[in-house]
Parts: sequence; C-alpha cells; structure tokens
Amino acid sequence: MAFSNEITQQVQIILTDPSLIESTVDAVDPFITGLTVFILACFVGYYVVWRVTPALHSPLMAVTNAISSVIIVGALVAAGSDVFDFSKAMGFIAVTLASVNIFGGFMVTHRMLHMFKKK
Amino acid sequence: MSPNLSALLYLGASLCFILSLRGLSSPESSRRGNFYGILGMAIAIITTLLGDVILGFETIFGGLLIGGALGALIAHRIKMTALPQLVAAFHSLVGLAAVCVAAAALYAPSSFGIGGMEGIKTAALIEMGLGTAIGAITFTGSVIAFLKLQGLVGSKPLTYPGQHFVNAGLLVGIFFFIYQLSVTGEFDAFWILTGLSLLLGVLLILPIGGADMPVIVSMLNSYSGWAACGIGFTLQNHLLIITGALVGASGAILSYIMCKGMNRSIFNVILGGFGGDASQGSSTNAAEDDRPVKQGSAEDAAFLMKNARSVIIVPGYGMAVAQAQHALREMVDVLKAHKVKVRFAIHPVAGRMPGHMNVLLAEASIPYEDVLELDEINRDFSSTDVAFVIGANDVTNPAAKTDPKSPIYGMPILDVERAGTVLFVKRSMASGYAGVQNELFYRDNTMMLFGDAKKVCEKILKAME
Repeated sequence: MAFSNEITQQVQIILTDPSLIESTVDAVDPFITGLTVFILACFVGYYVVWRVTPALHSPLMAVTNAISSVIIVGALVAAGSDVFDFSKAMGFIAVTLASVNIFGGFMVTHRMLHMFKKK
Repeated sequence: MSPNLSALLYLGASLCFILSLRGLSSPESSRRGNFYGILGMAIAIITTLLGDVILGFETIFGGLLIGGALGALIAHRIKMTALPQLVAAFHSLVGLAAVCVAAAALYAPSSFGIGGMEGIKTAALIEMGLGTAIGAITFTGSVIAFLKLQGLVGSKPLTYPGQHFVNAGLLVGIFFFIYQLSVTGEFDAFWILTGLSLLLGVLLILPIGGADMPVIVSMLNSYSGWAACGIGFTLQNHLLIITGALVGASGAILSYIMCKGMNRSIFNVILGGFGGDASQGSSTNAAEDDRPVKQGSAEDAAFLMKNARSVIIVPGYGMAVAQAQHALREMVDVLKAHKVKVRFAIHPVAGRMPGHMNVLLAEASIPYEDVLELDEINRDFSSTDVAFVIGANDVTNPAAKTDPKSPIYGMPILDVERAGTVLFVKRSMASGYAGVQNELFYRDNTMMLFGDAKKVCEKILKAME
C-alpha cells in the first residue's frame, strides 16, 4: 500500500511538472519541426524565385510584400482576446498595419500586372 | 476548429503562396499568380478567425476595415513612378507589425499557447528577440529608404567617421539583449532590444546613396520575410515560417541580382558611402571636361532615327524622374510606322527598384516582347544603327570594361558604343551616380541631346511629324 502510494506520488510530480514530462517523453522538439519546414521552404523559395522573369521583378516585390503580411495571423490572435490589455492594443495596431499591406500590396500588384497584358 | 484542421488549411495557404510566386515566371500566368496570393491570404485569415482563441471580433474588424480601406486607397492613387517608395513604405509596415506581434506575444503568452507554467520557453524568447530585431531594423530602415526615394531626405550618402564602429556596437548590444531576454524574459530587455534595433535601422540606411536603393529595397524585402519567420518560430506557426522563408529567399535573390548588376558585393553596398566622394572623381577627370562634345538638336535626332533600320532604346532613372515613358512610346509608335525596328535594353540596376523600368514601359503600353534584358540584347548593339540612351549614364560607361581604377570597373554594361550612332538624352554634362565621367560623351559617333527627357522626346516627335 505504501509502495503504490509512493508511485502515485511520483506520477503526480511528473504530471504537474512540465519540464519533467518533456524529459520523459522522447518527442521531437517543435523547434526542430519548425526548422525542417523553414529550410525546405527556403529551398522552394530559391528555386521558384529564380524562375521569375526579370521583367516582373517589381510585381514580385509587391506580391512578396503583400504575402509577408501573413504575420496578421499572429496579430489576429492578439487582437481577438477577450480582455482589453496592452497585448490586445498591440494586436489591433498590427492588424491595421498588416491590412494596409495586404490590400495595398495585392492591389498594386494587380495594377502592375494589368499593364503587362498583351495588347 | 480543431488544431489539425487549421494546420492543414494553413498548409493550403502556404501552397497558394508558392503558386503565387510561381505564377510570376511569365506575364501570361502572372495575374493568376496574384489571385493565388489573395486566395492564400483569405484562407489564412479565415482559418485564424475560426480558431478557438478568437473571442472578440470588434477590434479585429476595426483594424481590418481601417487598414484595408487605407491600403486600397493608396494602391488606387499611387503613380507608377512612385512605386519604389511605395514598396519601401509597405516594407516598413511589415516590420512594425512584426514588432507589435512580438510584443503582444510577450505580454500575453497564454493566448498564443506559448506560455507554460514557467513562462515562455527560452528558445521561443530567442526567436522572438531575433524576429523583433529584424522587424525593427526593417521598419526604420524602410522609413529612411522611403524618405530618400521620396526626396524628403537627400539621396546623397550620409557618412560620418566611426559609423561602422557605432553600427557594430549596436549589433553587439542587440545580441546581448536578445540573450538577456531569453534568460530573464523581462520586458525591459525586450524594449531596449527594440530601441537599439530601431536606431540601427536608421544608421544602416542613411549612409547609402540613392542609386544603391534597388539593393536596399530588395534587402529590406528579404528582412521583412525573415522577421515573419522569427515570429513564426515563436508562435510555432508553420504558415508564417514558410511564407517568411519564401519572402526572405525572394528578397535575397533580388539583392544578389542587383549586386551582380553593379559588380559589387552586398557588404560593399551595406557599408555605404558609394558615390558620395564626387570631388575625387571630378579632379581626375578635370582635364577631360574641356574636350568638345557634339550637341544635336531634336531635328537631327528625328532624322537619324527615322532613317535607321534598327534602334535600341536604353532607359534609366532619368526617364522615370521626367515621366517620359508616354512621350517615348509615342515616339516609338512613329518610328515603327516608318518600319524601324525598335527595342528596349534594360540594365539590371536601371531605376530605383528591380524591374522598375519594365513596369514604367508596360504602363506606357509598350509590349513586353520588345523589352529585353542585358544578356538578351547586348550582342545586337553592333548591328544597330542608333542607340537612344534616355536618362541612363553609368550603365553605358565603357570605363567599366577598360579602366581598372574606375569605381565601376567590372560592372556589366550595355555596349551602346558599338551602335552606329549613340544619342544621349541628358539634362547636363554632370557625371552619373558613381561620380565618373562617361568618355562616350566625347566620341565622334555620339550626339548629346540636352534637356528634360520628356521634353526632348516631345520635340523629337514633333520633328518627325
């Protein structure tokens, strides 16, 4: 009885202390997963961008600028919290800034590409 | 929405972004590419909004509405000649947004799901620090680039003794406070880090001259991507990581292409000061200034070009400044009606951003088949009757091939001197950005047409009719 109590206690300690869970479960660190994705994406980017025709380098800049505003994903989380605090205010600013970029970037790209239409 | 489902949707959005860049490989597929970009962004935003962590929508829609309206208005109103500064301004917004998101995550880690019982993890704090630093540098750096391109700050490089030491010191400081932030997780370290990075952004771009802006704008483009990456690592969001890497790679490649177009290393550009030392250039070339130049009139130019079999036009930043592209197009139309073969030769660093000239010519409805890159057209100058150089200078200077002492030595140039006659449209005899005199001006087969690029084109047009 005393023995099983001790085990329960140990399990309790392990379950409540997150650092211990990590050391006992041999999972891949999310950072490594992120790094894998990152490096693969760099390679994809490298090969895709080299194929962009030099004539369209300006639209390329405008469109990459627009899609880098995908950072809005993080801003939405902050702006969508239920308490009004500093974090939410920061989120609001970031949502606004990123929206300028998203709408402005895609629309300017559209305007530019429209001019490259065959006549 | 379950985390798995949203991760899959984010994957879909990432694929859309890749397809969006892929679409730009040809003008025909490019508009579809832009559509993929919009689709990807819509998927990303809607997926996030449907997540469990979004509890209130008022603030979000407020921001979307204000920002969206502002962005749409700017995009609608902007003149194509102001494109470089617009892009710089947009980069600054991404940088600032990255800093804001990092601050939000630092102050409320639980809503991002990154704060355990012991606060944010060290690794996440390092990534956050890096993302913030790059974001802040992108922000102020782009603001300075914008001010320079807009002409609100002189485009001359601003140098002072010891600036490299100051910058190096700031960089060391930034890394120290990233370390501090990762160890302590204190807000102070975050804000000091942000402040130092903002300052570094200003000091990095101030010493860089106007004509190096294509490199700088591309570099800042790249930075805005890496900043998004850093935030993506912090929030463990693969969509942000993928998109950031795509944008980062794109900007880096563009910077590389621009540097190669000037035969300079990226460090040489970043360290700045190029082209500022005009006194040196003029003293060595003082003797040449007395040589006679052949000055032509619009009538001469009209006669020469109308009777030519082929003409190659070399546009440069001067064409953009004078907004001469439409007048130029009308001139080209008349030449084509006279059965003259007219093509355009674009140097990689012509203008103030990559592809700047191509956009302006497209705006003037010049078909893109007639607009060729340096490698494609350089050999044809020798079989061309007239090279019409409008608002370009350094990119045609043969000193880049012949004079090892010249600051532009080794830069690939357009071989306009091989053409039968070279017509230079210029406002004055002033040397170009690199501060070197162009010896082409003094050659027998060169004719100078002094004046504003647009007015000269209009005069030539009149003379032709």
